[in-house]
Amino acid sequence: MELILSLAIGALAGSGVWLILRPRTFQVIIGLSLLSYAVNLFILAMGRLRTGAPPVLTARTLGDPSQYADPLPQALVLTAIVIGFATTALFLVMLLVSRGVTGTDHVDGQEPES
Amino acid sequence: MSRMGDHLMIAPVVLPLLAGAAMLLLDERRRELKAAINVASTFALVGIAIVLLATSDTAATGLASRVGVYRLGDWPAPFGIVLVVDRLSALMLLLTSILGSATVVFSLARWHRAGAHFHSLFQFLLMGLNGAFLTGDLFNLFVFFELLLAASYGLALHGSGTARVKAGLHYIVVNLVASLLFLIGISLIYSVSGTLNMADLAARIPHIAQEDRSLLEAGAGILGTAFLLKAGMWPLCFWLPTTYAAASSPVASIFAIMTKVGVYIVLRLWLLLFGQGAGASAHFGGDWLLYGGMATVAFGIIGTLASQDMARLAAFSVLVSSGTVLTAIGMDQTGVTGGALFYMVSSTLGISAFFLLIELVERGREPGADVLAVTREAYGEDDEDFNEEAEAGFAIPATMGLLGLAFIGCALVIAGLPPLSGFIAKFALLTASLNPSGMIQGSEAVRASTWALLAVLILSGLAALIAMTRAGIRAFWAAPDREVPRVRLIEMAPVAVLLILCTMQTIQAGPVMRFMQATAQSLHAPSDYVRGVLGQNPSSDP
Repeated sequence: MELILSLAIGALAGSGVWLILRPRTFQVIIGLSLLSYAVNLFILAMGRLRTGAPPVLTARTLGDPSQYADPLPQALVLTAIVIGFATTALFLVMLLVSRGVTGTDHVDGQEPES
Repeated sequence: MSRMGDHLMIAPVVLPLLAGAAMLLLDERRRELKAAINVASTFALVGIAIVLLATSDTAATGLASRVGVYRLGDWPAPFGIVLVVDRLSALMLLLTSILGSATVVFSLARWHRAGAHFHSLFQFLLMGLNGAFLTGDLFNLFVFFELLLAASYGLALHGSGTARVKAGLHYIVVNLVASLLFLIGISLIYSVSGTLNMADLAARIPHIAQEDRSLLEAGAGILGTAFLLKAGMWPLCFWLPTTYAAASSPVASIFAIMTKVGVYIVLRLWLLLFGQGAGASAHFGGDWLLYGGMATVAFGIIGTLASQDMARLAAFSVLVSSGTVLTAIGMDQTGVTGGALFYMVSSTLGISAFFLLIELVERGREPGADVLAVTREAYGEDDEDFNEEAEAGFAIPATMGLLGLAFIGCALVIAGLPPLSGFIAKFALLTASLNPSGMIQGSEAVRASTWALLAVLILSGLAALIAMTRAGIRAFWAAPDREVPRVRLIEMAPVAVLLILCTMQTIQAGPVMRFMQATAQSLHAPSDYVRGVLGQNPSSDP
């Protein structure tokens, strides 16, 4: 499972970085989204990988921490997803404004002279 | 402190939130009311910051510094989120609110009409800034960072226009990538240490196993990259001059504090986590700060000398300022840090005033005049001015005189010349770095890095002086046929107040410097901070 997850994170991050370095705003926004997926998975992985372990203790028990998954990274991922969503939406608006004002979807606002 | 006094700690976050949210409900046509709310809230923040500063400066019994802790939801420290007020936080709060007040008053003259929701965004920006200065939790810091960035995206585009949209696009992408780096850093640190509370982290770092240490340092490095990008350290700063120069002047003026957020976090976290008590990781990355800071100053020097208009000149001065502070932090000496804090306050006030002033000076000139002037200088095409003799006896109008005076004030503060505060700041930095052990002369050889700091400080002052003089001559003396700009009192007053504060910093240099040194001492000995946050009987019970 570690191998699959790390491959997935690697593939997402790699394609994300490549896309961010591309000259079109749409590619950049897809790249940012992929990169944020990679980061979210990475945060989750940093809480150690466990399958079938609940993150919340059963009521009125002390519980053995080794039987449970770490709840904190899961909470962090949720927050990160929400914030990532909001900023991506904001960037999308920005992309449209830029397209409208400059008339091109190049990140520099003008086509390179070829 | 009383119970009410305790709740004052969260007011810098709650007040702008409420004010900003309330203004969202108001129609855009009721601009007068919005402006009144904005001004009232920002002025109230100044008052709150002054009270917090005064409280944090009174040393409690048994502790060298008072650390106010506000536990949200009353969860004990490592589990819940805490807000921490110590000298440094209170100082940054005060600086932010002063800049905020000056900017908001300035914007009332005309800029707040240039786009929608200016007042709400402004309050949200203040909320994010205040939260970032107050929080004692890494992830909470991320949330506040995103808040202030989201507001700043809106403000950077305030007034619209192609140049702002182009610059804003780059600004947003760079900061979104930095936020992702921020998250990676946080999660790496969490995976090794199992905590996100800054004080708890500082307590745990000495005990981290040797094999995990590289992972921790990798996390800290990535986290540091994200902060240094915001602080504008050299290889990460190419977005900054364009964005700041394109932003409308009140916005650029409040943005002058935004690089200082990055600097503040580096100052706080680096000294807390990798200070003397960090075991094997002590002083991790110090050389990066030192030489990176110097490279930033060098880049800033080249930039100030090369910039053809005043807005870019100011933006590069921002880089010089944050580079100098980063270098001073990298020296890792208490006295130097104290000087750096003094420098940070004075240069931020000066640059902020300069950003406001630029707009007033530029108002009477046709766009592109600066570029033309530089071309004229470069190619020696002096346009022969036959009317020179006739105009010689003409008195400078009062507006131009005032603007020129303010310009000289800004130049003195930014270049660090006497009699204003920039000089005292640089003098303190140099004295402390050349003579680290206090009054004992010649007890140890001066380090090579100290000489480098000396060179960097003096060269940056010289470059700023040359660039400012050139810009000043071009704007005030050599402009061929310019109209006298019409400047209203509420536009001139904020500039004047900021410069008067710099003057006050000079006149009251003794008490201010004592405060800065006390701040630096508590930063370099963070055990009080750690004990204050994690302690069994914290000072407050919210």
